[in-house]
Amino acid sequence: MRPFRLHEPTTVHEAASALAAAGGGAALYAGGTELLLAMKSGLLAYDTLINVKSIPGLEAVSADNGSVVIGASATHTAVEHDPLVRERLPLLSEVEHGVANLRVRNVGTLAGNLCFAEPHSDPATLLLVYEAELDVAGPSGSRRIAVGDLQTGSYETSLEPDELLTAVRVPVLQAGVRAAYSKFGYHHRPTLGIAAALAVVDGVVTDARLALGCVSPVARRLPRSEDVLRGERIDGLTEGASALREASRLASEDADTVEDMHGGVDYKEHLVRVFLERTLLRALAQNGGGDA
Amino acid sequence: MPEAQAAMAVEFELNGAPVEATVEPQTPLIDMLRERFGLTGTKRSCDVQVCGACTVLLDGAPVSSCTVPAFEARGRAVLTVEGFAADEGSSPLIEAFVNNAAFQCGFCTPGMLLAAKSLLDADPAPSEDAIKDYMRGNVCRCTGYKKIVEAVHEAAEASR
Repeated sequence: MRPFRLHEPTTVHEAASALAAAGGGAALYAGGTELLLAMKSGLLAYDTLINVKSIPGLEAVSADNGSVVIGASATHTAVEHDPLVRERLPLLSEVEHGVANLRVRNVGTLAGNLCFAEPHSDPATLLLVYEAELDVAGPSGSRRIAVGDLQTGSYETSLEPDELLTAVRVPVLQAGVRAAYSKFGYHHRPTLGIAAALAVVDGVVTDARLALGCVSPVARRLPRSEDVLRGERIDGLTEGASALREASRLASEDADTVEDMHGGVDYKEHLVRVFLERTLLRALAQNGGGDA
Repeated sequence: MPEAQAAMAVEFELNGAPVEATVEPQTPLIDMLRERFGLTGTKRSCDVQVCGACTVLLDGAPVSSCTVPAFEARGRAVLTVEGFAADEGSSPLIEAFVNNAAFQCGFCTPGMLLAAKSLLDADPAPSEDAIKDYMRGNVCRCTGYKKIVEAVHEAAEASR
């Protein structure tokens, strides 16, 4: 690996200022599980890595109103096992357990995963149905963006060159919401990820949030499929039900799949149809005590 | 090329003893362990954190030393297979691996043993599913997994 300097700021402002001063020659480093692989293979080269973990407090997970706030240097393992996450966001805990392997989870961070914007990854897809928000800090202050506004393409984000993600804010799903996440693939990274959260009141789907990831450069919500499900009685939503088939068909149309080493367009559209219905059935099978 | 940064002094606990090394920021942990300390039990294989051959325990948690920088050891405890093997408490796992023929070429074994130790430290009586789930990030290309899972299970029983 090409030599780099290590900068270890102790405040978010210092980190943002160092990014600004480096003018593109520096990258943020937290777990390094993606970044260092790209640097080892020569795909990326930076003169300086800025160690986010040297900023005290950024590893914290805390409650704020109806959300769980996950600091930028919290590892996947820390998020998975955090008591607050397990109690209030059990599906996030489950999905974090499925990320990569134990060694990667022990080092890699949730925030770093989002910022690296690797398309074949689970958290960004799941966080779309939680409607998570991100705290972003720059040299002159901070702003909050929707998680869906972060990733703009494969390995590309909307962050300015001198900005860093400081926290992931995940709203807790309301009681009565039935949620599930499915992933599929034979490679080390997932080929497909689908998240579903269905609000059910008196046996009727009152709100539906669906998200699809990995099959295209950026994870996306599926608004046309969500519309099909709203107003449906859940006792009619059994395997093969027309509303499930229609939601799945629209999802494959809206998936905008791209061919890559995980498969071709037709194959991925087929996966989307099959797994959207399966994911909805799994979500509906939950008892509705919040996510599960 | 950027100017090389002045090398960093890294003080940490290695297999139970305090040590110090001077490394460059880009030095991976495995290179420090193998080349500075001569601990060649830690194996490099895939070099992309997938196979687990380079597994060491950092403050008790398995990490891929092929990619984790050496400076991450600062102020922490690193356990390699050499330190593991020197610890009397490791004998149930070592004997179970031998008794069950849970290795053939042995290249994955240091990582397997350290992953298994980490599991049993956290859960002294894991179910078969828990063993498979915990160990699934460690790849073996000759023995297969059945004997490894059986060995971990037997070691757990023997330690009870």
